[in-house]
Parts: sequence; structure tokens; C-alpha cells
Amino acid sequence: MQNAVKGKDGITRYLVTIKVNGDEYTRIVKANTLLVNFLRDELDLTGTKRGCELGDCGSCTVLLNGKPVDSCLVLAVEADGQEVTTIEGVAGVDGLDKIQEEFIKNGGLQCGYCTPGMIMSAKALLAKNPKPTEKEVREAIAGNLCRCTGYVLIVKSILAASGQEMETYYE
Amino acid sequence: MSLLPEYRDPSKKKEYAVIGKSKPKIDGPEKVTGAAKYCGDLKFPNMLYGKMLTSPYAHAKILSIDTSEAEKIPGVKAVITHKDVPSKKYGISPARWDENCLCIDKVRYVGDKVAAVACVDEETCYKALAAIKVEYEPLPAVLDYRHAGDEGMPNIHEEYPGNINTEIHQEFGDLKKAFEEAYYVRKDVFQGQRAYQSPIEAHCAISMWNGNKLTIYSTTQSTHYFQYYIAREFDLKMGDVRIIKPYIGGGFGGKLEPTGLEFNGAVLAKITGRPVKMFYDRADMFYHNRGRHQGTYELTTAVDKNGKILGVHANFILDGGAYTSLGIATAYYAGALLPLTYEFDNYKFDMYRMYTNLPACGAQRGHGAPQPKYAFESHLDNIARDLGIDPLEIRLVNARKPYTTTVNSFDIQSCELKACLERVAELSDWRKKKKEGMPKNTGIGIATGAFVSGAGYPIYRNDWPDASCMIRMNEDGTSATVYNTTVDLGQGSDTVICQMAAEAMGYRYENMRIISGDTEAGPMDFGAYSSRQTLMSGWAAKRAGEDIKRQVLNMAAAMMGLPPDDLDARDGIIFSKSHHHPTKWQPLTYEEVVSQYCKLYGPLIGKGMYKVHATGGTFKGAAVGTSPAYSFCVQAAEVKVDEETGEIEVLAFYDVHDCGQPINPMLIKGQVHGALYMGMAETYWEEVHFDPKTGVCLNPTLGGYLLPTALDMPKIIKNEIVDSYEIVAPWGVKEVGEGSTNPTMGCFRNAIVDAVGVTINSTPITYEKVWRALKDKKEGKQPAEIKMPPPPANAAVKPY
Repeated sequence: MQNAVKGKDGITRYLVTIKVNGDEYTRIVKANTLLVNFLRDELDLTGTKRGCELGDCGSCTVLLNGKPVDSCLVLAVEADGQEVTTIEGVAGVDGLDKIQEEFIKNGGLQCGYCTPGMIMSAKALLAKNPKPTEKEVREAIAGNLCRCTGYVLIVKSILAASGQEMETYYE
Repeated sequence: MSLLPEYRDPSKKKEYAVIGKSKPKIDGPEKVTGAAKYCGDLKFPNMLYGKMLTSPYAHAKILSIDTSEAEKIPGVKAVITHKDVPSKKYGISPARWDENCLCIDKVRYVGDKVAAVACVDEETCYKALAAIKVEYEPLPAVLDYRHAGDEGMPNIHEEYPGNINTEIHQEFGDLKKAFEEAYYVRKDVFQGQRAYQSPIEAHCAISMWNGNKLTIYSTTQSTHYFQYYIAREFDLKMGDVRIIKPYIGGGFGGKLEPTGLEFNGAVLAKITGRPVKMFYDRADMFYHNRGRHQGTYELTTAVDKNGKILGVHANFILDGGAYTSLGIATAYYAGALLPLTYEFDNYKFDMYRMYTNLPACGAQRGHGAPQPKYAFESHLDNIARDLGIDPLEIRLVNARKPYTTTVNSFDIQSCELKACLERVAELSDWRKKKKEGMPKNTGIGIATGAFVSGAGYPIYRNDWPDASCMIRMNEDGTSATVYNTTVDLGQGSDTVICQMAAEAMGYRYENMRIISGDTEAGPMDFGAYSSRQTLMSGWAAKRAGEDIKRQVLNMAAAMMGLPPDDLDARDGIIFSKSHHHPTKWQPLTYEEVVSQYCKLYGPLIGKGMYKVHATGGTFKGAAVGTSPAYSFCVQAAEVKVDEETGEIEVLAFYDVHDCGQPINPMLIKGQVHGALYMGMAETYWEEVHFDPKTGVCLNPTLGGYLLPTALDMPKIIKNEIVDSYEIVAPWGVKEVGEGSTNPTMGCFRNAIVDAVGVTINSTPITYEKVWRALKDKKEGKQPAEIKMPPPPANAAVKPY
């Protein structure tokens, strides 16, 4: 890796440049700095949540070059030169993203802790598959755990954002 | 029946402007954009990070603690042990304060608190913890609650010989006579597992001092209880402790009591003179736990030939873990809530909550009720089968009627349990399915539940109002802010409280703001537990809203030249009820009237409070489990069992709830879906496992503890509410979110029995257990019976 410097403490640190929500940020990180901690601690983008730090819960889901990843399983040095989108980059200046609007409208959130990760997974899905089936929606968020909603209204929100209704019968 | 007129005659039902509507959540925009700050997202200048060292042994003497190496590590700012913290024992049930900030002489479970550090960053915390040397002398551990009370078992707490934490014996009516006169008596034993709330947000607390004033940002379900318990521990005045709850990422009961994070964080902040952020990682969460008690439940019930229940004996034993937590209440709830759904006159309840060397159990959604209810609903199905009665009919025969009193002196007002039963039967086509039969290996099960809408008495004895609320109008009338100390854990209390306040004010929901969960900003409210906020905090919000409205109408009356009694407000418009004229007596807006008021008199503030009426009987423990009102609920599930693998597919799920008058139907749906998800998970998958020899948790991860994903939910979910109105509640409301967990495990279990005819009397009903039971059935083997453990040797009273 280029641009490595050894500190007085004997630890090697690396200069990384990561494009986050359209802007490039250059920071010095340790080899073991997780992308989630880079985003939260270095850039104060705390919308990306830490839930388990083991890749189980999906609360820290961000888009790495458009693909959803658990940012607790990605090192900051791995993201060097890459493009990251976080929840803070989803809404535009002219208002919320359709997915965000539908989450609010359909009650697709309760405590809100899994919500940023859910929305990022949904964002990635709809970008490549604008009319997913309900099963595809459920598969796309199967890596995002929610403890509050039972997922029903989350699935409904994502389908609504794609202009579709639920297949699951619920009333 | 003293229903309000509008409920005697549905045509007179009032059309409300704000309540009864699916308003979007007030915190929605902040939560979907990532702007919402949770405790772990907060940073303060000069802030340190703190963490606790925990015990690797289930039961051991602490011989020595050497912190010198840890203190030498660069970036370590403080290391504390029991010598540095108050030795006063704390807890949440005042009857059993049994926990120390840091253990003094011995540790009582793997995960017990031994030392704590404050460092410049998280990484240094872990290094510092690894450098603390603790010398232990391991002691024999008590890891099986069923034998915790046996003669010769090691004693976990000196003060509680024989490891009995709580012993309850209640008897009502003449059970002996009921059993003698019965047509049929059946006894069954069931077993439940340890489950865990597992909120996705881990606990966190940030403590800071300003002179003698302590401020703690905390993941709490009750800012008031934290303020009280923390002031008590440090001998501070309540006014010198400020608790702030940022957004909370789910609680489900697990965040109701203060933890070592608050107490030790406050000490570390004092020593270092810097803010300290203490946090649990995921494994710490499982060790701190305070989840669902596991227990063994023996039920003996006498019925007449129609299945009418004559008497019940509930004999239970619970695994409490190493400390009391909320477990005394759990133990009482287990038996006290059983008589809610069915009417019977003779009841005996025996309970032992045992100390073990495992993490403490506390209050998880449905607090104490779900496992006993699962046991009772399974037991009732067994009785129905023995007598050849349809499971729906035996429930209809026994279902509670409104305006009755339970055998243990709980006064029920509204109760639409029969309507819920009938509606679930219709939705699920129950009678047709029972008559015509269902396809092979599919079955349907039904169960009922009931729950409190707030506890009748606070957790520590006090006579403060249960809830209070303040509303301040923005001076120009364009917004109104609610100030209280309720806690929105995600269930939507901020939204519902604002809807109720706006309705009472005659104002608009869209212009409501709320500052909740800061003890220095809002008046006292006990927070989010026992499903109390919609009813209790709702009363306070309603009354505060009415107080605003009264003042606004008085001002408007002067401006319009009409008597205040003739005015009303709706949607932010103040109008005359009797005078209609195109130019005279024009309606005024809230903006016009509030502006005028504030220019003349200054701040426009409304206030309201609520105090529960006296509830319950006079016998020992009579208060626990009582509530101003009780919700009722019926669920049915249709399942298909794979005979080869034991896998269970949930085909359809039905839920009908009597939750009084709804405030926000969309949020009610969300609560029911969430409760179904949790109940289903506890039926089939979720269990916290411990090594039976060492007490080490075997699955302290979200991957190891099987939380269902979006792919695991049933394909058909029908849920409805029935018309109901609770006279002691604001606009007739009752709870919905916790009660919905009570019938779930029972209805799934009954569906499995209906599908394949094997009875599994312990949860979780894993696919493996089903497969084994099917195999045993084919081979003609009798299923292994679960035995009720003998009463503890040291018990004051034995059940028989």
C-alpha cells in the first residue's frame, strides 16, 4: 500500500482517499480501521449504525461502488479510491428519496436503528431491479435485521417505492 | 353497562380530527435520513471511552485485582475496582437490591462486573481490560435452576439461603373442593427457554459532571427511574441528576434498569474530570441480558363436562439468574395475569424464582406472562381434546366478560374477548376447517391473551403522579411543543402523544413538536414499560391539551365577543358553535388567538397529570400485575409440518385485539407484526444457550441467536381490532404492543399438535424436536415427559 507512515508508537498508518456521497475525503487510518468507524468517527456520518460489528445485523450497510456491503466487514484501506454512499447521501437537496418517503408513509420504521441499513439495501436493489418481486425484496433485506417491525411494513414500503403492492396478504 | 353514549349507538360515534388516523411517525424524517442521533452517535469534547472487565467464571471468589499493568498503558486514564465505587447495593426491585456497581468479594455469573477502565479510544479500552490481572478462586456453580434449591447446593447470595430469590403462595376460593367436584382434572408440565430482547442498538451511557451535578445520556426506557436510582447510589439530590434519552434503538424491556454503564461511567467521569462514554458490544449485551426467564410450569385444571374451568393450580419455578433485576415482578406476573382471560373462582398460585450462576433475567415484552400463557393455552387444548370439545368452543365457554373481577381481585372494565374469538374464527374460517378437515400435515391452533395497560403501582414506592405533561405554544401559534419524559423506543409514543395532545387542543398534528426524555426539560413520567404510555401519558397529554384549549378559547371569546362556552376548536380553527354569520363572529385561527394571548400575558402553557386509581386486592402481592385497564387478544396460526425434516412453515396468522379505541391504526399494525415476529421466533428458534458445565454463553451473537429475517415471516397475516372503549382511559385507549406476544407461542404449539399429532411441551419447538417427536411416534415410543422439579429444600411453603 502506498503512502504508509510509521508512527512513534511503531504502528504503520495509511493515507486513504475515499469518495463519500460525492466528496473526496483524505485521512490517515490504521490497517485495522473499519469502514464503519471511518465514516462515523472520522467523517461524523453517524447515520451508518453499528449493531454487531460481525456482519450479522446489516445496520451498517452502505453502498461500495453501488453494491451494498456491511461496512463493519470492510477495512478503510480496502475502500481507498472507492466510492461510498451512506444514508446521508440518499436524500437530495430537493427532498427525500422515494424510498425514504415510502418508509415514512407506510410505517416502515419503528425505532429507526436498522432503517439506514434497510434503506441502503433497498436503494441498491431498486437501482438494479426497479420492479422487484416481493421475494426479491425480502431476499435483498435478508441481511438486515429488524427487531421491531416484523418486516411487513418495510417490505410494503420498498415495494411502494417501486410502484408495486405487496403479494403477501395482510390487512 | 356503562359505555359512553357514542359506543352504545355507533351512529353517534364522534368523528375525531387527529386521533384514530394513521398519521406518519413524527420522528420519521430524522430516522430515514440518518439524522436521528442515538446515544452511541453522540460525542463531546474531551470525551473518553469506557468499558467493563467481566468475570470468566460463573461463581468464584475474587482473591486479588492488580490494575498496575493496565494503568501503565498509554491512553489509559483511569482503572477502577470495587474500592473506587459506592458499595451500596442497587437493583430495580426495592425489595431485593442485590447488585454492586463492581463485585466486591465474589462474582456470580460469567459476565459479572469486576473492574472498569476509561481510555482515549475504544481500542485502548480492550487492551487495558486484557492487562488487568484478577486472581479468582472458582467455586462450584449453580447452573440448573431446577436443582438450585436442592440440599447441599452452593449458596449464591448469603442473604438468600437455599438460592430462593422469591417465593409466592396465593390461594383464592376453595380449590380442593373444585377438584373434588370436577368432571375432569388434568395436569400438564411445560418448559420455556431463556430468550433475549436483543434490541439492535446496544446499551450505551455517556456520563459527565459539572461540579456536583451529574448528567447522563443513556439508552433508557425510563429517565425517571434512572434519575432516582442514580441519585440514590451516589447520595445526590434528584435535582442534581439529569438523565437524557436520545433516540432509542429498541428496548423490549431490556433497557428499563440502570446498568454498570451508568454507575461506573459516572465514577470514571468523576475521577478523570472528562465525559465518559461506556458501551456494551454485542456479546456484552447477551451477558448483561435481563431477558425472558426460563421456567417450568405445572398446571392442574378442573373442568365440568362442558369444559367450564372450575379451578386452576399453577405451580411454577423460574430461573432468575444471578440477580433480581425486575424478576420479583416477573414472578408475580407469571401467575397474577393468568386469570385475566378466563373466568374461574378457585385458583392457587405457587412460585419459586431461583438464583442461579447465569445472567440475570428481567422483563421482556409481555413480562412474565408469555411462557405461562403458552403453557396454559397448550394445557387447555389438551383438556379440550380429552373431552372432545373444539378448542374455540372451550375458550368461548370460559371467556371473560366485561365488567367482571378476576379471582385475584383485578377489576376488568372493557373486555371484548368473545368478540375477538368470534372474529378470529371468521377470519381463519375456523369452523369450516374443523368440520371439513385440513390437508395432511397442516393444522390450525388458537390461543388468547391479555395484558396490562400500565402498572397499577410504580416500581419503587412513591406517590408522584404516574404521568405528567406540559405543552407550550410557540408565541405566534404556528407550533406547539409537548414536554414530558415519556420514552419512544420505536413503538411510536412521541407520535401518539402528539396526536392526543393536538386532538385535545383542537390543533393540528403537523404543527406538533415534542421534547421527551430529558428530566430537566419535561415533567415526570415513569417512561416506557408495562405498556403504560398511551393510557397514562396519554391522559396527561390530553389534560395538558385541554388546558391549552381552555386558555385559547377564553382569549378567543374576548376577541370575538362571545362566551367561551359557545366556542370550540378543531384543526387549529376556533369557531362559534351556535353563531353562524357571513361577516360577524368569523372563526379565528390558533395563530391569531395565541399571538394575542402571548402579547398580553406572556407564555401560553398547558399542563396535565394522571394518577392511577387504587387497584387490586389486599392480600400479599395483590398490587403486582394490576392495571387501570386490560387489553385482550386472540390469535390463530395455520402451519404445515414437513414430516421428513420437522420443518414448520407458517401458512397464515390471524390476530384480533381489543385495544380500546385506536389512536394510530398504522402503528398498531406495526406493533402486532413485531409481536408476531418475536413470538414466532420464541416458538421456533430463539434461545440463549449456556455451557451446562461452565455457564459460558454459547451464542452471544446476532448470527448465533436466531433472529428471524424478512424471509421467515408468514405469507398471510390478517390483523384487526374490535370495537371497544375503555372508560378509565383517555378516548378509551388500551395497550397493544406487549399483549400481542401472549397468545403467539400457544397458538403455534396448538397448530403443530393439530397438524401432526405430536406434543412437544418445551419451547423453542425446534424443527429437530418436531422431527424427533415424529420419529418416536412412528416407532411407537412415548414422548419424554417433562417433570416438575421438587420444591426447594429451603422453601417456607411447599405447594402440596
